[in-house]
Amino acid sequence: MKAAPFEYSRPADIDEACALLAADDGARVIAGGQTLVPMMAMRLARPTRLIDIARIAELSYIRDDGDMLSFGSGTRQCLMERDTLVRTRLPLMACAIPHIGHAATRARGTIGGSLAHADPAAELALVAVTLDATLHYKTKDESGELPARDFFIGPTITALPMGACLSAVRFPVWQGKVGVGFHEVNARASDFAFASAAAQVELADDGTAKRIAIAVGAIADVPLRLDAAEAQLTGTTLSPEAVREAVRAALADIETVADLHASAEYRRRVAATLAARAVADARAHALGGRHAR
Amino acid sequence: MHVKLSVNGQAHALDVEPRTTLLDTLRDTLKLTGAHAGCEHGVCGACTVLVDGVAVRSCLMFAPQAEGSTITTVEGVTPGPGELSPIQDAFCETHGMQCGYCTPAMVLVAHALLADNPAPTREEIVEAISGNICRCTGYAQIVEAIALAAERLRGSNRPVGA
Repeated sequence: MKAAPFEYSRPADIDEACALLAADDGARVIAGGQTLVPMMAMRLARPTRLIDIARIAELSYIRDDGDMLSFGSGTRQCLMERDTLVRTRLPLMACAIPHIGHAATRARGTIGGSLAHADPAAELALVAVTLDATLHYKTKDESGELPARDFFIGPTITALPMGACLSAVRFPVWQGKVGVGFHEVNARASDFAFASAAAQVELADDGTAKRIAIAVGAIADVPLRLDAAEAQLTGTTLSPEAVREAVRAALADIETVADLHASAEYRRRVAATLAARAVADARAHALGGRHAR
Repeated sequence: MHVKLSVNGQAHALDVEPRTTLLDTLRDTLKLTGAHAGCEHGVCGACTVLVDGVAVRSCLMFAPQAEGSTITTVEGVTPGPGELSPIQDAFCETHGMQCGYCTPAMVLVAHALLADNPAPTREEIVEAISGNICRCTGYAQIVEAIALAAERLRGSNRPVGA
């Protein structure tokens, strides 16, 4: 359980980090290191150089941009967990954060690190896909952005170009009567989820769903939006029967993964139940209830 | 590479390989073996120390990442040689340990929790230690120990006569 040897750099800013990345194909960015270090300990990752961006102050912020909430990629999860803006503007994220690892890993883990690692069971990846977040990156020569739905390609595989470093993540803030729900199932609280689900709804004055986003995580190679269910449920009162039927149908054709812990069929069944619960919670929350943690 | 750390109030300038974890630096270089090497990949929590007052896993941090940090290990929480902190005392009194392997980390997590939240609920205590595996006690006495320590520490801060 000892990492292979590597060189270590601590650049002063993201441009220097990108220059270092461009100079060495085997280099990896490290921020909190809460996923990369275990992978290095098990020698699943053997970077030739670690580029430590954890102390780059310009990468750590939570900013209210009106209809968006922006995060520097190096913002630590423990800061997001305690932030009033996150709680009030992005309640779905506030719901999801306590499920990420443990307090001791959230103390070091960052939003950008979690997204760039692209674990299919990651809570932040699920929230990013649910809310159509935009991921901003830099390379030595250019800046770019990717929508969350295009960002995740497979387990630990993203659409980030070679030599890119995430700089920021921006989440749209919904206005109006908004409610959220988040659920996951795992062997122990805060372990990797076997299945997870997130939902956010905006209700019209008559109580029907004006807008709805539903996504599931940990059951396939990437977090998945349930587009068909969203289309079917928009404009309805979100009755429990309709929600259950819509999410079950949306999940019917998805190829779910199986492993030692949970079969593919179990994951599909649990994801449908969790998604239905998340929608029910979101509706209740929008109607004035407290969101469940 | 050179790394400067302040550990339990003492400044250290060390020369380490970048791949050396903070855990191995504490144990092998500084001989502070209270931080335990359990799984060495961030699952068991036995290596937990306080970095700038916050509980983190020292096996998930390479020593250069801790440059300039203030580290507290279990050796650093006692008031003096041969004495125990109120939290350690509470662990003894409630039998909040059996084999002792998880204990230093549990004590440090309790320190971090009570520094932040002097009156935690049972749920908050359980949540705080949820990242630390104990294979002996069943956790009940550990939760009891932290609750007892919290009560005593709150009491000790009460103005005289209150």
